[in-house]
Amino acid sequence: MSATPLDYLFSSAGRRADVTLPLTWFMLIVSVVVCLVVAGLLLGSLRGAKGGGAAETAAEPVRRDHAGGLRWITIGLAISSVPLLISLIWTMAALAQVAGPPRRPEMTIDVTAHQWWWEADYHGTEPADSFVTANEIHIPVGVPVEIRLRGGDVIHSFWVPQLAGKTDTIPGQQNIAWLEARRPGIFRGQCAEYCGAEHAKMGFEVVAQPMAEFQRWRQDQLQPAPPPATQAQRQGYALTMARCGLCHAIRGTSATARGGPDLTHLMSRRLIAAAMLPNNPGALGGWIQDPQGVKPGALMPAQHLSGEQLTDVIAYLETLQ
Amino acid sequence: MRTPDIGAVTDALRTRLHAIWETEPGWRGWLSTVDHKEIGLRYIVTAFLMLIIGGIEALVIRLQLAGPDLRLLTPEQYDQFFTMHGMTMIFLYASPILSGFSNYLWPLLLGSRDMAFPRLNAFSYWVYLAAAIFLYSGFVVGAGPDDGWFNYVPYAERNYSPGPNQDIYALGMMLLGISTTVGAANFIVTAFKMRAPGMAINRLPILIWGTLTASVANLIVVPAVSLAFFLLWMDRQFGTGFFQPALGGQPLLWQHLFWLFGHPWVYAIVLPAMGMVSDGLPVFCRRPLAGYSLVALSTVATMILGFGVWVHHMFATGLPALSLSFFSGASIIITVPSAVAVFAWLATIWTGRPVITTAFLFYASMILLFVIGGVSGFMTASVPADWQLTDTYFVVAHIHYVLIGINVFPVVGATYFWFPKMSGRFLDERLGRWNFWTMFLGFNLGFLPMHLTGLLGMPRRIWTYSDGMGWDGLNLITTIGSFLFAAGVLIFFVNVAKSLRSGAPANDNPWDAPTLEWSIPSPPPPYNFAVIPTIASRHPLWENRLQESRARSTLDRGMTLDHGKETLTTTPMDAEPERIVEMPEDSYAPLLLTAGLATLFAGLALKAWPIAGTSGLLVFAALLFWLWPRRQLLERAPAHG
Repeated sequence: MSATPLDYLFSSAGRRADVTLPLTWFMLIVSVVVCLVVAGLLLGSLRGAKGGGAAETAAEPVRRDHAGGLRWITIGLAISSVPLLISLIWTMAALAQVAGPPRRPEMTIDVTAHQWWWEADYHGTEPADSFVTANEIHIPVGVPVEIRLRGGDVIHSFWVPQLAGKTDTIPGQQNIAWLEARRPGIFRGQCAEYCGAEHAKMGFEVVAQPMAEFQRWRQDQLQPAPPPATQAQRQGYALTMARCGLCHAIRGTSATARGGPDLTHLMSRRLIAAAMLPNNPGALGGWIQDPQGVKPGALMPAQHLSGEQLTDVIAYLETLQ
Repeated sequence: MRTPDIGAVTDALRTRLHAIWETEPGWRGWLSTVDHKEIGLRYIVTAFLMLIIGGIEALVIRLQLAGPDLRLLTPEQYDQFFTMHGMTMIFLYASPILSGFSNYLWPLLLGSRDMAFPRLNAFSYWVYLAAAIFLYSGFVVGAGPDDGWFNYVPYAERNYSPGPNQDIYALGMMLLGISTTVGAANFIVTAFKMRAPGMAINRLPILIWGTLTASVANLIVVPAVSLAFFLLWMDRQFGTGFFQPALGGQPLLWQHLFWLFGHPWVYAIVLPAMGMVSDGLPVFCRRPLAGYSLVALSTVATMILGFGVWVHHMFATGLPALSLSFFSGASIIITVPSAVAVFAWLATIWTGRPVITTAFLFYASMILLFVIGGVSGFMTASVPADWQLTDTYFVVAHIHYVLIGINVFPVVGATYFWFPKMSGRFLDERLGRWNFWTMFLGFNLGFLPMHLTGLLGMPRRIWTYSDGMGWDGLNLITTIGSFLFAAGVLIFFVNVAKSLRSGAPANDNPWDAPTLEWSIPSPPPPYNFAVIPTIASRHPLWENRLQESRARSTLDRGMTLDHGKETLTTTPMDAEPERIVEMPEDSYAPLLLTAGLATLFAGLALKAWPIAGTSGLLVFAALLFWLWPRRQLLERAPAHG
């Protein structure tokens, strides 16, 4: 990750962002030049101007209007119409390139935005080939991937600046975005439409991998959770089913709720809490015990576990590789 | 029909008119006055008060964002603060302040004794005040609107926002819509009927063009947003489901209705301010405005194009690329009429002999701020670029350059310019320089780097952010700039307070300006013009020097119209005299009607149906009282003498 993970002015790594970036730069440069020219003209117009108040104003004689004014307007408009026209044509050309993928996407991921996390459904040709994950979306490099955006609760917006611009997720309609990463890497995503208390920390990551690596990840994700092995894991398992299972699903167990992120391969993810915290036992424990302190307004309730119980739960969660 | 008396301005006439037009002193007069100058000043004072409140909210927001992961506010509080800030500045400051200046100035600029509908004018102010209090009633008890000024559904629906927060916003906006609508109707009729004889349509000051254009737009688009808020209120109260997909509704319908209103509204709150610059700059450049006709036409053209660009607020909503390209093109083209105004102002300064007063500094710097806000708007007009830019701080920077640059700077400049007319005293020029430079530097320090914050990906409306995103330093700079800017605004108010008491006295026309308001005393008498002037050019007070034609305006001799509270109406295009109209006396009806409406809306907000029903009857009674026919208000006075 770079020092500015959501920046779209200095880095792009996907086909859509690649097309947009030079257009943005062109318009930015035109804009800066226009501002500098106007600032220059303003300063120039004040040459020989005198400062003062009402007395100085009233003392200055009034001059007649002359044709020079109109010439300013016509010449000014003629000059400004050139960059306007170029921008207009470039905009339409770029729009044609980024609006849809160059060829039929080989792969579709259903992404549903929730207050305040992201659900990603990977569909195979049959049910056994399908799985659900959250807040970390893996895609293969070099091929267009279709993202079907389904509105969950309120309006959100799907945005991975270094790969592509925003597409809103709107309840009651399905919007289509597409991503094509040019190189492998981890790209930061963020909800970009105001959606309530934790809109600020509604992040996610897109992991672009070479196809073989992506397929391996996919195979891993298809596996159900292993049964608990040690005593601590077994105790943790029971607690997890009783508490976490009310909202979360863990495939291969009795926890099947879909109110929160699927936890089947929780430990395979780099970050937790919608890309807010690093995924390590300390952060995980803090998040389980005090989600409201970490992220005020989040919909996850505090669990009030004893120290021992927490250790057990984490021991079990750590098996969800 | 009666033949009006023609006469010169005499002391006897002034005394007679004063007695006819003066508002009764004391609280009775205060509650019942329909004098447009009094109403205009109330608008201005209230709107500036809202600017202070909205500004304090902004400073709290900036403190919360000064560094990463600060916890000055909870997310819920932050959401109310940014919503109230936006709503206050856009609805309760930016538009009313312009209504205030226009209310005060229009009859003076037009050579009339009042607006077309003085009681409606008073009503419009009272309802604005009631709506402002109403909209703040939830916030002060911790239940203010918290879904942004744009109030997107379904987040604003009851299942996601169960408290009274959005009910108050929805009802308050409907109430405010009444004020805006009647105000707009009043401006339109005034512009076309209440001009001095000879003030043909091509002799109107640009401020008139700006407010007239904005008023026509408001009359067309305010119903869209009032309807949207009404549907939302129905959804929330009765589960109608207009915006609920589960009930067959459409969340995007809200966005269309809102932005169909919202974008023209942006022009409505800048065009009159651009008019202030178009009228004020020439005075300090000592020459007429360059390209008057083009500037007037571009004002109207901006608005017409402005009706066709609302979808650029919705580029990311998944609409088909073909329709996006239409709105993208329109949004790029709309820069053309704005460019006309910019080049006209630049030409006016270049070919004039500018005198740098405080008002001039505010007006001239507005040109640069306008261009900065314009080019960032031009960037967001491009769909692919906008898919990255939208909903980031780049757009926050854009909207602040537009609203502060094209509204606040001209308004403060206009205050320096017209304060002598309103109060008979000058604002202090020395303090004015401090005021200008603090505001100008603070504003640019705060908001210029914000463009980069947005380009580095900071989303809007986030209550906090993590470190490691690259935004820490930029946000700190913005916070410092905001406080400097606020200090500049404070200096402005200090200057106003100081100058009201001890400012240097001003004569009738201290700047040697060309328009009608400067031909009457400062401050103006209750009747404005002792005789109705006859106008022969765009610059009645500069005619002898400009020598544009042989015709001369007549300002010291004209219709005396002193048989009652009388003024003249003229034809819409050429301003030929049409008839003498009797203007209404001061009246409690506007206040009563407002009280009825306010309690009606309060009843609806509290779901206290008996109160709402009773207030409905009060509204009806107040309307009856208002509209009861009175013989003296018949337009055709019998012939006499």
